[in-house]
Amino acid sequence: MTDPTSSSQEIVLETHDLTVAYDKKPVLYGLDVSIAPGQLVGIMGPNGAGKSTLIKAIMGLLDPSGGWIKIFGESNTSQRKRVAYVPQRREVDWDFPVTVMDVVLMGRYGHLGLFRRPGKRDRDIAMEALEKVNMIPYASRQISNLSGGQQQRVFLARALAQESDLYLMDEPFVGVDAATESTIVDLLQDLRSQGKTILVVHHDLPTARQYFDSLILLNLRLIAYGPVEEVFKEELLQRAYGGRLTILSEVADATGEKSKVDLSAKR
Amino acid sequence: MTPKFRHSPPFLALLIFMFAMPSEAHAAKISELVEVDLGDQFVRFFSLQDAAIRHILLGCLFMGINFGLLGSFVVVRRMALVGDTLSHAVLPGVAVGFLFTMSKEPWAILLGATMAGLLGAATVSWIQRSTRLKQDAALGMVLASFFAVGICLIKMIERIPSVNRSGLDHFFYGQAAALGRADLWMMGGTAVLSTIIVVLLYRPLLATSFDQVFARSIGLPERMLFHLLMLLLALAIVVALQAVGALMVSAMLITPATTAFLLTKRMHVMLCLATGLAIAAGMLGAFLSFVGEGLVSHTLPTGPSMALCAGGFFLLAFLFSPHHGLVSRYRRHLSQTRQITVENTLKAIYRAMESDRFKEEGIAVRRLAGDARETFEETMKRLRLLVRDGLATFASARGEVIYLTPEGLQHASRVVRNHRLWELYLTNEADYDADHVHADAEKVEHILGEDQVMELERYLDYPEQDPHGKRIPSLRDTQRLPLRDLAVKEEEVEP
Ligand SMILES: Nc1ncnc2c1ncn2[C@@H]1O[C@H](COP(=O)(O)OP(=O)(O)O)[C@@H](O)[C@H]1O
Ligand SMILES: [Mg+2]
Repeated sequence: MTDPTSSSQEIVLETHDLTVAYDKKPVLYGLDVSIAPGQLVGIMGPNGAGKSTLIKAIMGLLDPSGGWIKIFGESNTSQRKRVAYVPQRREVDWDFPVTVMDVVLMGRYGHLGLFRRPGKRDRDIAMEALEKVNMIPYASRQISNLSGGQQQRVFLARALAQESDLYLMDEPFVGVDAATESTIVDLLQDLRSQGKTILVVHHDLPTARQYFDSLILLNLRLIAYGPVEEVFKEELLQRAYGGRLTILSEVADATGEKSKVDLSAKR
Repeated sequence: MTPKFRHSPPFLALLIFMFAMPSEAHAAKISELVEVDLGDQFVRFFSLQDAAIRHILLGCLFMGINFGLLGSFVVVRRMALVGDTLSHAVLPGVAVGFLFTMSKEPWAILLGATMAGLLGAATVSWIQRSTRLKQDAALGMVLASFFAVGICLIKMIERIPSVNRSGLDHFFYGQAAALGRADLWMMGGTAVLSTIIVVLLYRPLLATSFDQVFARSIGLPERMLFHLLMLLLALAIVVALQAVGALMVSAMLITPATTAFLLTKRMHVMLCLATGLAIAAGMLGAFLSFVGEGLVSHTLPTGPSMALCAGGFFLLAFLFSPHHGLVSRYRRHLSQTRQITVENTLKAIYRAMESDRFKEEGIAVRRLAGDARETFEETMKRLRLLVRDGLATFASARGEVIYLTPEGLQHASRVVRNHRLWELYLTNEADYDADHVHADAEKVEHILGEDQVMELERYLDYPEQDPHGKRIPSLRDTQRLPLRDLAVKEEEVEP
C-alpha cells in the first residue's frame, strides 16, 4: 500500500509562493509552508482568511494562480490516494438517500476506480472506520436522521476509510457535541501516533493550544507558522485577527467555561 | 357528453374535462371508431393486437426507464429545474430539424433538439459564470426565451404551404400514438444506454451526486460524469418529446422520482421504484388518453394524462407512504395523544393511591373526577381506555370504582418515576425552582426512553425522593409490584 520510499524525514507537504485566486482576485498570497510528518497542525485565522481555500488548493480542487504545492515530493494531484479530505459538513445535502455505511464506503472509491465494486476488504475497512468513531450502531441508518456530531463522525469515518497518510479537515469541531469533540480529539491523536500528518481548520483559540503541535496563522497571507508555543503570541494573533479583539482576555474567559456536562443537550 | 361517460371513473371525467377542451391537436387517430365502448377499448388496448398500441406501450417502457433512472439523479442532485429548462429549450431545435428536411424526419429532429438542449444548458452556465445571477434566474430566463423561439418557429412552419406539417403539435402536448418505428429505435437505444451507464457507473455517479467536492478530491472525474448525465438527460428528453410533449416532459421526469424518494431511503431502490412508477404512469396515461379519445370527439394528447397519472401516484405516496405519509403520520399522532391520555390517567390513579398510602386497592371514579376537575362521564371515558388496554378493571357493575391491574400499576409506576426523576434533574442540575419543574416534566415523562431514565438515575445517584418530598418509584417497582410492598416502602419514606 504505502510507498516504500517514504521515510520519516520526508516532507509531507510543501508549498512555495502559493497564490490562489477566485476570478483573478487572489485570496491567498505567496504562502510558504513545509510540514514534517507525524504532526497535528491547526490552521487558524478569521472568517474569509482563506483557510478553506488553502485546503482546497492542497487537495487540487482549485488551481493555484502562482507558486506550487508538493505532497510527498510530488505534484499534489498525483498523490490523491495518499490524501484524505474532510469537507465542511454543511456543504452536502443530508437528505440524500444513502445510509451511513454507503457514505463511509465512498472513502474507498478512490482506490476502486470507476468500475470496480467494493469487496469484503473494503467493507471491513469501512466497518473499522465506523468503529473508530463509535458509529457502528448507525451503519445502516439513513443519514438524514443524524445529529450534527454524528454527521461529522460519518465524514471522519469516510476519510479514515481512505487509509491516507495526510488528512485535511475543514472545521471538524464546528457545531458538534462534547462527546463528538472528544472522539475527534482521540482520533487525531491516534492518527498522529501512527505517523500520519493532519491539518485541521480550527476556530476556537483556547482549545487550539491543547490540541495542536503547530499552528498556521493565516489572513490572506501567512502570518506565522511554527510550534504552538511560538505562534500563540498576542502580537501574532493580533495581526491575524486584526484590531477587533482582545484575544487573550477572551481566551482566559473561555478556558474557564469548558468542561460542563449537559445531559439535556444530548436528549 | 355521451351516456357511456357514466361508466368511467371520476378521475377520467376530470381528465377529459381539463384537457379535451383546449386541445387543438390534429393527432393521427389510434382508432377510427366513432362509437366505442369502454370495455371494448380496454380489451383492444391490452390484447396488444394493434401494432399502434404495441408501439405506444413499448414507447412508454423505454421512456419510463430513461426518466426513472435519470430523473432519480436529477431529483437527488436538486436539478429538477434543469430538467424543466432542458425540456423547453429543445423546442427550437425541433423546428430547425423540421425546416432542414421539411418533414418530420426523426433523425433530423433528434439532432436539432439535442443541439438546442445543450445550447440551452451552456447558456445557463454562461449566464451564471459571467453575471452575479444565481442558477434559478438563469434557468427561468433560458426556459422562457428558448421556448418562445420554438413557438415562433413552429407557427412559421405551419404557415408554409405544401409541407406536411401534421403532428407538430405533438411536440407540445404529446401523442404516444404518433410514435413511429424510427422513434422507437431511438427511444430504445437511449434506454439501453442509460441503463448501461447507470449500472456500470452507479457508484461514481452516487458519490459525485452526494458530494461533488469530495468526489473530485478522490480523483473521480466529476465534471465528466456530470456532462455524461446531462447528455443522457438531453437525449432522453428529446426522444420522449413526441410521446409526452415539451410541456409535460419535466413532470414525467421529476414526479416518479420524487414519489420514489418519498418511499425509500436507498438510492438503488429509488432508481428501481422511479422506473417502475414512470413506466406505469406512462402506460396508464396512454391508456386513459386512448379511452378518452373514443369518448369525446377530440383527440386527447397523451402528455397531460401521463403527467396526471404520475401526479396521482405521488398523491397516493404522499398520503399513504408507511413512514412519512400523511395518513400514517396522523395515525401516529392520534396514538401518541391517546398514549398521553392513558399515562396521565394512570398517574392520577397512582397519586390517589399514594395519598391513601397504598392501603386501598380501588379508587372511586368520583374522586378521580373531582381531582381532575372534570365530569364523571369525562373521567369514565378516560378510564375505559385503560380498561381496554388491560391496565385497569372496574369493580362494581355500575363501574364506580377502578382497580389497576398488575400491568397497570407497573406502567403507572414507570410514568411517575419518569416524572419525578426529571423534576429532580431540573431542580438539581438546571437550577429550576421546585415550583417550575412540574409543567416541563408533564411533557418529558411520556418521551423518556428506558435507557435515558437509567442514565438519569445514575446521574442523580439513585435518588429516593423528588423535590416535593414524594417517593420516586424504583426500577423494581416498575417491574414487579405487590401492592403491599409499595405500602411498606411508603411507611419507610414518611418518618
Ligand atoms: N467560490 C468562490 N468564489 C469567489 N470567492 C470565494 C469563493 N470561495 C471563497 N471565496 C472568497 O475567498 C475568501 C476566502 O474564503 P475561505 O477560504 O472560504 O475563507 P475561510 O475558510 O478562511 O473562512 C473569502 O473572501 C471568500 O469570500
Ligand atoms: Mg472555511
